[in-house]
Amino acid sequence: MRRYRIRKDESCISCMRCARECSFGAITEGEGRTLVFHHGKCTDCQRCVSFCPTGAIYVTEDGNHFRSNSVFMEDDIREIMLQAETGGVLLSSMGAERGNVPIYFDRMLLNASQVTNPSIDPLREPMETAVFLGRRPEGIERDSDGRIADNLPPHLELSTPIMFSAMSYGAISLNVHRALAEAAAQLGTYWNTGEGGLHESLYPFKANTIVQVASGRFGVHGTYLNAASAIEIKIGQGAKPGIGGHLTGKKIIGDVSRTRMVPEGMDAISPAPHHDIYSIEDLAQLVMSLKEATGYMKPVIVKVAAVHNIAPIASGIARSGADIISIDGFRGGTGAAPKRLRDNVGIPIELAIAAVDQRLREERIRDRVSVIASGGIRNSADAVKAIALGADAVSIGTAALCALGCHICASCHTGRCAWGLATQDPALMERLDPEKGAARLVNLVNAWTREIKEIMGGMGINSIEALRGNRLALRGVDLNSKELEILGIRYAGE
Amino acid sequence: MKKEGEVRISSGCAISGIFCRDGRRISGEAIKRSIAVMHSRSNGLGGGFAAYGIYPQYREYPALHVFYDSETAREETERFLGRRFDIINLSKIPVRQSAKIVDAPLIWRYFILPLPHMLQDSQLDEDEYTSRAAIMINDSITGAYVISCGKDMGVFKAVGYPEDVADFYRIDEYEGYSWTAHGRYPTNTPGWWAGSHPFSLLDLTVVHNGEISSYDANRRAVEMYGYTCNLLTDTEVIAYMLDYLSRKQGLTLKECSEVLAAPFWSTIAIKDKEERRRLSYLRKMFSSFLITGPFSILVGFSGGMMALNDRLKLRSLVAAEKGSTVYFSSEEAAIRIIEESPDRVWAPRGGEAVIVTLDKEAVS
Repeated sequence: MRRYRIRKDESCISCMRCARECSFGAITEGEGRTLVFHHGKCTDCQRCVSFCPTGAIYVTEDGNHFRSNSVFMEDDIREIMLQAETGGVLLSSMGAERGNVPIYFDRMLLNASQVTNPSIDPLREPMETAVFLGRRPEGIERDSDGRIADNLPPHLELSTPIMFSAMSYGAISLNVHRALAEAAAQLGTYWNTGEGGLHESLYPFKANTIVQVASGRFGVHGTYLNAASAIEIKIGQGAKPGIGGHLTGKKIIGDVSRTRMVPEGMDAISPAPHHDIYSIEDLAQLVMSLKEATGYMKPVIVKVAAVHNIAPIASGIARSGADIISIDGFRGGTGAAPKRLRDNVGIPIELAIAAVDQRLREERIRDRVSVIASGGIRNSADAVKAIALGADAVSIGTAALCALGCHICASCHTGRCAWGLATQDPALMERLDPEKGAARLVNLVNAWTREIKEIMGGMGINSIEALRGNRLALRGVDLNSKELEILGIRYAGE
Repeated sequence: MKKEGEVRISSGCAISGIFCRDGRRISGEAIKRSIAVMHSRSNGLGGGFAAYGIYPQYREYPALHVFYDSETAREETERFLGRRFDIINLSKIPVRQSAKIVDAPLIWRYFILPLPHMLQDSQLDEDEYTSRAAIMINDSITGAYVISCGKDMGVFKAVGYPEDVADFYRIDEYEGYSWTAHGRYPTNTPGWWAGSHPFSLLDLTVVHNGEISSYDANRRAVEMYGYTCNLLTDTEVIAYMLDYLSRKQGLTLKECSEVLAAPFWSTIAIKDKEERRRLSYLRKMFSSFLITGPFSILVGFSGGMMALNDRLKLRSLVAAEKGSTVYFSSEEAAIRIIEESPDRVWAPRGGEAVIVTLDKEAVS
C-alpha cells in the first residue's frame, strides 16, 4: 500500500541521518552507506526532510493512481483491500478528514470599527484577555453590614482564553506532558492530563493542571484528584463519540503502567460508557462525589463530544452541578480511533457551540456555567470566532502537538512517532526536549493571544468577555439560511 | 429600507443633564438652552427629554407616556390597560404645532394604578407588574409604544432637533428637579419617534452618547432575564441592564457602574484586599454585563442622577456644580450657556460614576 515516494537528489552526502531519524522503517541503511527506501512504510511525517543537512531528500505523493471512479475513490478501494486482508477495524488518528463537511470557521468573517466608534490600539491601551471559568450563583448575597459576600464557587483563572486539550500519558510521552505543564504554568493557563493519570514528577504543576476522570478510571486516586486545579469527567471526545479508548499493552510499560495503575503489557481499554453513568442523574452523582472527594475546592468540568442532541445534553450537564462544559467537535483529534467513527460521527464544533450557547440562554442558565470549545481550532481567528459564537475559552490539542513538531501524518496509533510525541519508545521520546517544547508552546499561545488582542482592538472591544456570544461580530459567507440560523449570524452585507 | 428595531443603527449624540439637589423644581427652559448649544452634534433625526418631579399631584401613580400609530392601537391599548389598571386620568399630551416637527403620532398620557386583585394574583410587586405591562404593550400591540412609565416623571421625545422637540412638547411649561436631554445623530435611519431617546423603564431613564462594541454580548445576556430588546439600540440595552442589576439583583448604582464600566484587572490588582475582592467578584459574577466601546450616559431615576463614561473615556463628558445644582454635558459650552460661573467644572474619569441624589431635607 504505497502512498508516498521518498526521493533524493544529487546533493545527498550519504550521512545516513535520514535513516537514523526514520522511525517507521521507510528509510534504512543498505550496504556501503547506501540508502534503501521502503516507500510503502513512509507516513510522510517529514522527519527525514526536516533533518537532512543538505536538503537532498523529499517525499512526494506516489504518482501511481488507481483508475478514477467518481463513486469508489482510491482510498475506498485501498481500505476495502486492507480489510479484506486483515478482517480488522480501520484505525486512524488525528482529526476527521472528510472534506465534504464544511469548516464553518472559514465561512465566517469578523467585524471591525470604522468611523462611528473607534478601534482600540492594543499597543497603547489595556486589552484584557483574562477568563474565569466556573459556576455563578443566581444572585448576590450581602452580609449583615451590607457588603457583598463572595458566594462564587472556585473558578479557574486563565490569562488567555486558550488552554491545552486532554492528551493522555501513554498516548503521548511524559516529555510532552512536561512540556504542556511547563507551558501552561508560564502562560497562566491549564493543561489536561487526559485519561492516563498524572506522573508524580508533574504534581508540582498543580496550579495549572486539570486531571481527567474517564470511564476506565486509569490512575484515579485521591492524591491524583487533589493534585489539580480542576477535575474533568470525560464522557466523550469529538474524534470518537460513543466509544472508549484503547491503549495497546505495548505502551503500558514502566511508569505508564504505574501511573495508569494497569499491569505492564496489559491493554488499557476504557469502556464506552462510564459504568456508573447510564443517565444524567448518575452524572450529577459523580460530579458531587468528585466535589466531596476534593472538599468543594475545585470546579468540575464535563467533557462531551458534539453529537446531534448536544444542546439538551449541555443543558442537562449545566443542571448536574458541573461548573464547566467542554464540547469537543467533529474535527477533534485523537491518538487512535476507528476511522469510520472519526470521519462520520458527531457534528462540527461551530454549530455545536452556537446551538449550546443559544439553548442555555433560552433556558436562562448560560451565565450559570462556562463553556469550552475544542475540536479543530487551528489559529487565533478560529478561537475568536468560537468565542463570538458563545464559548468562554477554547482548547487546543493538535495545534499544540504541531508546535512540538507534529506534522499530522496521522500515525499516532502506531506508537512510532518520529517526532517523539505519540510514543513510549525511549529513544524516540528523547527527541523532544521538554524545555524547548514548552518554549515553543509558550510562543504559540503568546502569538495567538497577541493576534486576538489585535482583532479585538479592531472591533473596539477591550475585554474578552464583551466578545463572548457577541454574534454581531460575525458575518457569514457561502452559508445557507439554515446554517445562518443555527450559527445565529447574518450574511455578509446584511 | 428597514426602520430602527429591525436593524441596528449606530449614532453619535449630545447629552445634557441638570439636577437640583435641593429639590427645587425648575422649568424645562434651561435644559432646552443647554442642549441647543450642541445643535451640530445632532442631525435632526431625534431629540428628547426626561423630567423628574413634574407630576407632584399624581406622584403616587405610574405615568404612562404612549405613542400610537393609529386610533386602533390606542383603543386596543386602553382596553389592555383597563383590564389591569385603574386609569386615574388620561389625556393627550399638549403640544405646540411646529413646522419643524412632522409626522407626529398620537401622544397620550395616563396615570394608572394596578387593580389590587390583579396585582395580588400576579404575585409580582407593583414595579414589576407595571413594567411587564409596558413591555407587553410594546411587544404585542402593533403601533403602540410606551415611552415612559415611572412615577412623577416622564419622557418627551420626537424626530427633530432637541430644541424643536422642546418647543413641540412645551417643556418650558413643566417644572422638575431633574432633567436630561438628548440630541441624536443616527447614521442611516429615516428617523423614528419611538427610536429617539431617552429610553426608559419604570422611573429609570437613559440618555447615551456613543456606540458600544459589546452590544450583542450585552443584549443576549440581558434577554436571558426576560427583557426583549425591540429597538436594537445601545440605550435600550443599557437601560435594561441597569434595571436588571439594580432592581432584580439589588446592586447599588455605584456597584452597577463597577459592572458596566468595570475597572481593568490591572487597576483592581493595586486596590486593597477588600476592594480587590469586591471588584473582582462583580467582574466575575456579571462578566456578561461589561460594556466596551465608547459611551457616556446620564441615568435618571427618582431622586437622583448618575453620569458614567466608558472606562477608556472614549466620549466626552463634563460635569459642573453651582450651589446645589449639578450639571452634566457632552460639552462644557452647554453648561456655561445656562451657568456662566460654576463653582467647579471637571471631567469625570473613565469608568468613574458621578452619582447625585436629593439632599435629605429636600425629600419630603
